[in-house]
Amino acid sequence: MVAFILSRVLQAFIVMLGVAMIAFSLFNYVGDPISNLVGIQTSAEKREQLRESLGLNDPAPVQFARFISRTVQFEFGISYQQKRSVSSIIAERMPATLELSFVSALLALFIGIPMGVYTALNRNSWLSHAMLSLSLVGVSLPTFLIGIMLIFVFAVQLHALPSFGRGQVVDLGFWTTGFLTASGLKALIMPSITLALFQMTLIMRLVRSEMLEVLRTDYIKFARARGLTRRTVNFGYALMNTLVPVITITGLQLGSIIAFAIITETVFQWPGMGLMFIQAIAEVDIPVMSTYLMLIACFFVIINLIVDLLYYFVDPRLRVDRGW
Amino acid sequence: MSEVQIPDTSPARPGLLRQIWQSDLAHSFRQSKVTVVAGIISFGFVFIALFAPWIAPSNPYDMTGISVLNAFLPPVWMEGGDSRFLLGTDSVGRDILSTIMYGSRISLGVGVAAVFFAATLGISLGLISGYIGGRTDAAIMRVAEIQLSFPDILIALLIDGIIRSILGPGTHGNIAFIVVISAISLAYWVQFARTVRSTTMVEKGKEYVQAARVAGKSPGYIMFKHLLPNVMGPVLVIATINLALAIVTEATLSFLGVGLPPTQPSLGTLIRVGNDFLFSGEWWITIFPGITLAIMGLSVNLLGDWLRDALNPKLR
Repeated sequence: MVAFILSRVLQAFIVMLGVAMIAFSLFNYVGDPISNLVGIQTSAEKREQLRESLGLNDPAPVQFARFISRTVQFEFGISYQQKRSVSSIIAERMPATLELSFVSALLALFIGIPMGVYTALNRNSWLSHAMLSLSLVGVSLPTFLIGIMLIFVFAVQLHALPSFGRGQVVDLGFWTTGFLTASGLKALIMPSITLALFQMTLIMRLVRSEMLEVLRTDYIKFARARGLTRRTVNFGYALMNTLVPVITITGLQLGSIIAFAIITETVFQWPGMGLMFIQAIAEVDIPVMSTYLMLIACFFVIINLIVDLLYYFVDPRLRVDRGW
Repeated sequence: MSEVQIPDTSPARPGLLRQIWQSDLAHSFRQSKVTVVAGIISFGFVFIALFAPWIAPSNPYDMTGISVLNAFLPPVWMEGGDSRFLLGTDSVGRDILSTIMYGSRISLGVGVAAVFFAATLGISLGLISGYIGGRTDAAIMRVAEIQLSFPDILIALLIDGIIRSILGPGTHGNIAFIVVISAISLAYWVQFARTVRSTTMVEKGKEYVQAARVAGKSPGYIMFKHLLPNVMGPVLVIATINLALAIVTEATLSFLGVGLPPTQPSLGTLIRVGNDFLFSGEWWITIFPGITLAIMGLSVNLLGDWLRDALNPKLR
């Protein structure tokens, strides 16, 4: 067991090191870091001086070690475009993305699970068929298209909801929140639905298939035979037993929500980290790009590690062997 | 002249078309109306993609054929519509229907190319992994496993961003195609590799492979001559499903502005460009390409789902 945990941690570590290496090479070898920092008039002598003082003439392993040590202290360098530290940009953008992702995850869970339960219990009702067909559309349609359609209907045609930005936000010092103002909440509606839709359909289909599986088992038949109410059987027994995989999948999907936020944020011009990343690619702002790269990789690695370890504790079969 | 009537009582050798028509696959195809519709629509898109220059009302990228005077014309059924432009025109007077046809051509082409390269890479690595085993297998599968823990679209976006920043700003023309296709194929090889690997591991224990080995054939020969034909079934299913994914991924990259340039627009680029006019009332510039993309993605997806169910009786 210790060996398993160690191997997972080691793998996570190697992945992070690999990503850091990519980020470092981007940083150092793509374009000239110096000419991105100084103006055109700077003399060659000055440039060389700056190069020496920044340690860009040191051997690559030394530079890489320095890069790592700076990274773990949250020093990610200066943005080429905005001329300020990347960590302050990230700190400014992070709340927007996290709030959007949080609301979307809640939406996906609290709409997806009831829909899944309904379609499993009423397999042949027209509403179930409608939900299932809709979910197929939801899976096949690209996220950005759903966002554009929503904007077209609710912002352009009906003028009911704002189409871009976060609305009015309240600054809490370390965090800016849109939860406290009416315009902030209104601005959240369309982006969060867009982002939640894919996960919602996924959760719905998962709950449905798990539920159908469980309803076929003997203990459910027995519970029915005992004369327990439908409600107790369906919700107390069946649903409870489907929730373990649902929770794990949702946990895993948390990372995807943050990744898909890149698309949603671009559609709605939501000032989060995803939009920042897309702008950084367009402007070849490498410090911002490589920081986002490391941040999102770190996020995924941690989530996967936690889920792996949780699986290990939840499912005893995994303790025997882990072959495909 | 004697008329000898020979009654046709030989059902033994039906024509090839009839054989295909009566096969299990065709039967299950005919069974599902949704699949038939999806199949017809997909076929229509392939037709448009192949013959866009000949069937499109105009060539939207021929500067002599377009006039700014025709800019922002609404679709023909709306007030101010022009019968020459069925779905209206864009900001420089290009016919939307034609741009959609050319865009579908590019979207489908990039999708097919990306899936082709993803499959080639995945099949090769899967065969090597499954046949050779040991450390090679462990290394390849570890990479696959790691990549699988990230969403495909994120992988494609990151690879695209990295290649772009290496090439520097102004990634235009044909280079943009190469960037997008390689980003998507590097994002989608894993599923191919894993499936091929597991099939290979089953197949390599069978007699015909052992016989080939005893006969002194090289591992490369055995992999590509003997094993490859036996892993193609599942590969076909994955390829169809991944085609829908690749089309959507390309559209997403183009929409985000890191895909294909406006000079050679795919459906995604058209949606991105048209999106700027959504608020000024010219909704048709973005909505029609959007609907086209949705229909394309959905029908290819349905076709893939059907193929998966039809070729895999276990799932029925």
